[in-house]
Amino acid sequence: MTSPNASRPGAQGFARRFRLRVFGAIGVLALLMVASTARADAVDDTLAKFLDDKFPQAEAAIGELAAEAPPQAQAILEALGDNRLMVDPADHLVAYKTAAGALLNAKTGQPVAGVDPAAFKKVRVNNALRRAIEGAMGSLTLANPDPEKRIAAAEDVFRTHDAKALPALQAQLAKESDARVAGALQLAEASIMATSDSASPQDRLSAIATLKERGNEDAQSLIDGIAQKTTDPAVKSAAESALASIHTRLAMWRVAQNLWYGLSASSVLLLAAIGLAITFGVMGVINMAHGEMVMLGAYATYVVQILLPPSLQEWSLALAIPLAFVVAGAVGIAIERLVIRFLYTRPLETLLATWGVSLILQQGVRSLFGANNRQVSNPHFMSGAFELGGLSITTNRLWIIVLSAVVFIGLQLVLRATPFGLQMRAVTQNRRMAAAMGVSTARIDMLAFGLGSGVAGIAGVALSQIDNVSPNLGQGYIIDSFMVVVFGGVGNLWGTAFGALLIGLANKLLEPLIGAVQGQIVLLIFIILFIQRRPRGLFALRGRAVEA
Amino acid sequence: MSARLDQLGLAFVAVLVAAAIVVPLMSLATATNSAFYLPPYLVQLLGKYLCYAILAVALDLVWGYCGILSLGHGAFFALGGYAMGMYLMRQIGARGVYANPILPDFMVFLNWKELPVAWWGFNWFPYAMAMVVLVPGLLALAFGWFAFRSRVTGVYLSIITQAMTFALFKEFFRNDFGFGGNNGLTDFKDLLGFSLQSAPTKAALFSASAIALILAYAVSRAIIASKYGKALVAVRDAESRMRFLGYRVENYKLFVFVVSAVIAGIAGALYVPQVGIINPSEFAPGNSIEAAIWVAVGGRGTLIGAALGAIAVNFAKTYFTGAFPEYWLYGLGLLFVLVTLFLPKGLLGLALRGSEPKPREVISVDAIEEGAEP
Repeated sequence: MTSPNASRPGAQGFARRFRLRVFGAIGVLALLMVASTARADAVDDTLAKFLDDKFPQAEAAIGELAAEAPPQAQAILEALGDNRLMVDPADHLVAYKTAAGALLNAKTGQPVAGVDPAAFKKVRVNNALRRAIEGAMGSLTLANPDPEKRIAAAEDVFRTHDAKALPALQAQLAKESDARVAGALQLAEASIMATSDSASPQDRLSAIATLKERGNEDAQSLIDGIAQKTTDPAVKSAAESALASIHTRLAMWRVAQNLWYGLSASSVLLLAAIGLAITFGVMGVINMAHGEMVMLGAYATYVVQILLPPSLQEWSLALAIPLAFVVAGAVGIAIERLVIRFLYTRPLETLLATWGVSLILQQGVRSLFGANNRQVSNPHFMSGAFELGGLSITTNRLWIIVLSAVVFIGLQLVLRATPFGLQMRAVTQNRRMAAAMGVSTARIDMLAFGLGSGVAGIAGVALSQIDNVSPNLGQGYIIDSFMVVVFGGVGNLWGTAFGALLIGLANKLLEPLIGAVQGQIVLLIFIILFIQRRPRGLFALRGRAVEA
Repeated sequence: MSARLDQLGLAFVAVLVAAAIVVPLMSLATATNSAFYLPPYLVQLLGKYLCYAILAVALDLVWGYCGILSLGHGAFFALGGYAMGMYLMRQIGARGVYANPILPDFMVFLNWKELPVAWWGFNWFPYAMAMVVLVPGLLALAFGWFAFRSRVTGVYLSIITQAMTFALFKEFFRNDFGFGGNNGLTDFKDLLGFSLQSAPTKAALFSASAIALILAYAVSRAIIASKYGKALVAVRDAESRMRFLGYRVENYKLFVFVVSAVIAGIAGALYVPQVGIINPSEFAPGNSIEAAIWVAVGGRGTLIGAALGAIAVNFAKTYFTGAFPEYWLYGLGLLFVLVTLFLPKGLLGLALRGSEPKPREVISVDAIEEGAEP
C-alpha cells in the first residue's frame, strides 16, 4: 500500500459522518474529492474511463487500477469480470452490484443513494478485457499484506508472464522484505524479461540465468519457447544451456520424488508385512488371513470415527490405533486357538484353513458394514501436502512413515528387551530346544500370533488413511506382504525392513520406466528367481534347526 | 494304493464311460418333455464340473503324492484355456463385429494393424492343441527347474506358485499384452466347424471331457503305480532321506509337476468352449486355492477323491450361489477350516477308513528328521 492510503480512513470516516445528510451521491463524491489528496482525482479519472463503455478505454482503466491499486480496485475488477459493474453516464457514476443485489459506489464502496438504479447500465466485457482483468488482479494481489497471497500472485504473473504486470512487480520487489516472496517475485520478473523482445539482451540473459537457477517445469517450457523463437544467437544459446540445466535438475527432483514415493510404499509394505514375518518366523505357518487383520484394523478406525463426536475427531487415530491392535490381536488369538494350533505339523493345510478364515472374515465384514467402500477421513494434521525443494510431500504419507518406524522400533524393543521377546526368539530359532528349556511354546505361539495380528491391525489404521476401506482391502496387500517376508527371510525383523524397502523402492523406481503393472511383474519374477538362489530369504537363520 | 481304492477307481472309470454315452443320449435322443431329458445348459454345466475334476486330479497328483501344494495350478488351467480361446477367436473370422477376417475384434478395437506373432498359427487346430500342452508344460518346466533345484519346498513353494499366477493375472489384464485385456476372449462361434451353441456340440464336449478325465486318471494312476511313483511318495514323506539315499529328488518332482501342469492345461482347453469365455480372472490366486480345497474335501492322495471333491464342491457352489448368495462364502470358508481340521484325508479317506493297514508311528520319523516338511 502506498503512502496516500494513510488518508483513507479519514476519508471514509468523513463519508460516514455525512452519509445521513441529504446530500445526493454526487455531493458525496464532490466532498470526497475535496477531502482526499490528488490521488482521488486520479481514481476518478480512471473510473470515468468506464463511463463511455468502450473497450480500449476500459482496458486503460484496468491498467490504471492495477498500477494505482486504490482500495476498491479488487472489488471493481471482480465486478467487471462478472458483468456486475454498472455505469450511469448521465450522473457520472460508476457502481457495482454485490451478489446480494445492492448497488455500491465503485469509488467509496458505500451504497448508492438518490439515483434511480434503472439509470445504470452494465459495462460490457470482451475476452481481451477479461485477460486484462486477470493480469490486473494478479498485480493487485502482489501488494497483498499476506505473504502467501503475494507468492501466489507472483506465481500467477510467472505463468502469464504478462509485461503489463512488470511495473507493479518491480514496485513490490523494491520494498519486499520477505525473502521467499522476493524470490518468487524475481522469478516472475525474470519470466517477463526473458520473454520480452523489447528488453535489452543483457536483461534477457540475466533473466534466463535466474530462471536457470531456480526454474521448474513451467520455466522449462517458457525457456523452450524462447529458444525456439528468439533470433538473438546469444539469447538462444543461453536459453538452450538453461534448458539443459533445468532439465537435469528436474530429472533429479523426479528421481527424488520417486524415491519418496518408494519410501512411502515401503512403509506401508513394512507395516503390512511385519506382523506376517513374526507369525511366520515363530510358527512357520503363513497366515492367509493376515490381510483380513489389516482390513479389521481399517474398519476399527471407521467405527471409531462414526462413534466419536465431531469435536474429538482430531483424536480418532489416537483411539483407533490401540483399538485396532486389540481387535485384530484378539481375532488373531482366536484363530490361533481354534484353528492353527491343531495344524502345526501340517503347515500346508494351515494355508488352506487360514484362507477359509479369510473368506469368512471378509464375508462377515461385508454382511456387517456392506460391500461398499466406507469413508474414513483424515484428521486435520494428516491432510494436505507441502513442498520441499522440488518435492511434493503429502502429510498422511509422512505420518505413515513415522508410524511404521515407530512400530518397527517398538517391535524390536519387544523382541530384544522383554522376556516374552526372548522366548519368542528362542522358539523361532529352535522350537524343541526352547521347549526343553521350559519355554511354554503353546503360550508363545498364541501371544506371537496375537502380536502379529495386532500389528496388522495397526497397519489397517494407516491404510484407512490412504486407501479405500472395503472388505477386500487386505487382499490388495497380502501377496506383496508375502513377497517381503519371503524375500527378507524370517527370524530377523531387519530382513523384513530391508525387504519392504527394496520392494517398495524398486516398485516405484521401475514404475516410470516400464509402467506400474510391468514393474510389479518384473519384481515378482525377480523374487521368484531370487528365492532360487536364497531359498530362505536374504536374512536367513542359520543352524541345524532350519535345515530341512 | 490300497486294493479298495483300485476297485473304486474301476467303478469311477465305469461311471464316467457310462456318463460319456448316456448324457449325450439323454440330451439328444430324448423328447424335450421326457423325464430323462437333459437340457443343453445342464450338459454344459456337467461338462464344466468334469473340467474342474480334471484340474483336481492334476493337483492331487502333485499335492497328494509328492507333497507339493501348488497354489498356482489355476495358471496352467488358464493358459491351456487361453490357447484354446485363441484358436476359437481365429475361427470367428469375418463374423466378428468389425468383420475383420484376420484380426479378432479387440485388436481392431485397439487399432492394431497386424496379428501379433504370439497369435500366428492359432487358426490351425493341431498347432493350437500343441500349444495347449506346450505352454503350461514349458512354464511348469522352467518354474519347477528353478524351484526344485534350489530346494524351495513347503510353504515357500506354495507362496511363490501363488506369486506366479498373480503375476500372470496382472499381465493378462493389460490390453497391450495382446490377449484381450480384462475382457479376455469371448463370442466364440464354432469349434472345428461345429457351432458351439448347438446341443450336439455341447454333448460332444461333455463326452470329450469325460474321456479326458478318464485319461488323466489313467495316466496319474499309471505314474503312481510305477516304481517311479513309489519313489515319489517317498519324496513326499521324507525328502531329505531320499536325497541322502542318492535319489535326484528334484528330477522326480519336476517330472510330476510338468505332467500335472499339462493335464491342467488340457482341462482348461476343454473348459473354455463349454463356458464360452476366458478372461484374466481365471488366473486369480483365489481360484487356485479353491482348487486345493476340492482336492482336500474329496481326499488327497486318492485321485478319484479329488475328482469327486471338485464335482461336489462345485455343485454346492452352483446351488448356494443361486439359493443363498450371501452365505456361500461362509460355507466355503467353513469348508476350508473344517475339512483341514477334521477331515485331513477328505471324504474318501473317511469312507475308506479301516480298509487300510494302520500306519506306523509317524511322529518318530518327525522326531528324527527335525524340520522336515511334514
